[in-house]
Amino acid sequence: MPYKGKVHRFADDVNTDEILPARYLNTTSKSELASHCMEDADAAFAKKVRPGDIIAAGKNFGCGSSREHAPVAIVACGVSCVIAASFARIFFRNAINIGLPIVESVEASKRIRNRDVVSVDTERGIIRNLTRKESYRFGKYPPFMQKIIKAGGLMNSIKKGKR
Amino acid sequence: MPYTITEKILLRHAKAKEIHPHEFIHVKVDVCLGNDITAPLAIEEFEKLGAKSVFDKKKVVLVPDHFTPAKDMKSANQCKALASFAAKYGIKNYFEVGKMGVEHALLPEMGLVAPGDLVIGADSHTCTYGGLGAFSTGVGSTDLAAAMVTGECWLKVPESMKFVFFGKLNKWVGGKDLILHTIGDIGVDGALYKAMEFCGETIESLPVEDRLAMCNMAIEAGGKNGIIAPDKLTAKYERAIKNKPRPGIGKFYSSDKDAEYSSVTEYDCRSIEPLVACPNLPSNVKPVRAVKDVPIDQVVIGSCTNGRISDLRLAARILRGKKVKSGVRLIVIPATQKIYLEALNEGLAKIFIEAGGVFSTPTCGPCLGGHMGILAEGERAIATTNRNFVGRMGHPKSEVYLSNPAVAAASAVKGKIAHPDEVI
Repeated sequence: MPYKGKVHRFADDVNTDEILPARYLNTTSKSELASHCMEDADAAFAKKVRPGDIIAAGKNFGCGSSREHAPVAIVACGVSCVIAASFARIFFRNAINIGLPIVESVEASKRIRNRDVVSVDTERGIIRNLTRKESYRFGKYPPFMQKIIKAGGLMNSIKKGKR
Repeated sequence: MPYTITEKILLRHAKAKEIHPHEFIHVKVDVCLGNDITAPLAIEEFEKLGAKSVFDKKKVVLVPDHFTPAKDMKSANQCKALASFAAKYGIKNYFEVGKMGVEHALLPEMGLVAPGDLVIGADSHTCTYGGLGAFSTGVGSTDLAAAMVTGECWLKVPESMKFVFFGKLNKWVGGKDLILHTIGDIGVDGALYKAMEFCGETIESLPVEDRLAMCNMAIEAGGKNGIIAPDKLTAKYERAIKNKPRPGIGKFYSSDKDAEYSSVTEYDCRSIEPLVACPNLPSNVKPVRAVKDVPIDQVVIGSCTNGRISDLRLAARILRGKKVKSGVRLIVIPATQKIYLEALNEGLAKIFIEAGGVFSTPTCGPCLGGHMGILAEGERAIATTNRNFVGRMGHPKSEVYLSNPAVAAASAVKGKIAHPDEVI
């Protein structure tokens, strides 16, 4: 099923210190982490984000620390999908492992503006920008990752493997 | 087929006859590591899965180092979760306050990681151990949970980038400057998903602690791992470790002459001066001499990048008989208890304290804006740490400059970013 929502636009090199500042890393509570999501990039984000909304950013999204609290906070505050020109590698694997849909598209990253409404179809590899009446294609995940995603994350795929 | 050092170590740990860049592989890990921030999430996942035991009690390493000694009640709860987990599952390598140190200084020092190992850690600076010739990379908490259960991790085989350093190092230039120079050249995503292999005559004579500092910051260029082929200096370093948990000095791998690289870059070290990375990216690198008259409020010397004994000796050389500029806070944090004791025995602690600085118990503390030196709004620090992102050391409107220990110490004396030659 496609993800559809309003876009919150961010720049290049958004790092995990901005996504979830270290001062809040003394908890694993999802609701608490959600309340500080993106705080040092946009202090008002956690208040204005609505369920299903989409984050769009430039290159190297999620660079820096390995803290899984960053993608956890993004999921917990209701964001349905993250689109970026590229992702930092630990953020990328964390997102796959916990089941946060992320999509790499240089074209979409260039064209999508703040508050655009977009839908993301991960099965077909298409992003539709409903505000600008444009669409952008993106490559599908390799089969290896699709398996993890289909299982609902890494731990679930291990559980299935054990049975 | 010819392989790079990174590929050789991956192949050795994979269930495959050959490997190629971009392939997904499952590898056996020699060590998996977590800390007081990342392990609590991993422990939750581990318990949710209903696992009965860890795959190997000696290969799981837990180090509470980020918010320790516990800075508040919530952090104390997270530390307690580690201690309880370690006790419940009989994990041998759990290091309580008093025994712990900053993880990436502690593991090499104790011989818990060795050349040729494959190490994953739920901490981005796990790439440090490439300085010993190990493949090591940062992962997330779920990866750690999975590795604690299965002893395995999924990885994509990275392409390798080769960085060749030649020429004699200038005075006051060390491993930190070489890696800042590299990040400044290729950018914070210049090595995204790739292995960064450092070699050349300059690296061959670079002390192991400087090599660890270099590989430590591979992640700051987006790299999967940093790595340096182990050699005589590595063997000497390994042989000097007392009471090693494993005998020997590890396995020494090196790249084949005809191994494939996605890029080869040469750097003439004779043209590299002491550097600083200016706010707010580690790639915003300038020579110290180009950023004169930047006043500072705080200096931090420590961290997994530059909190080792050679770093403290270098800082002490600058600070001996000098005073920290009035109004500036100097915070020196030896990375481990062993380094702390060495600094006491060598008289380094005395030099720092007499200069007007703080000499702290080991902790990651201020590097990530945790505790032990948080910046107020509008304040500016120079630190030997590894990141200078917005709000990294405290208030979102504070600033961090990154440098080597000599520059940081000279800046403490001058009260502004300063070249060591201005002080000595």
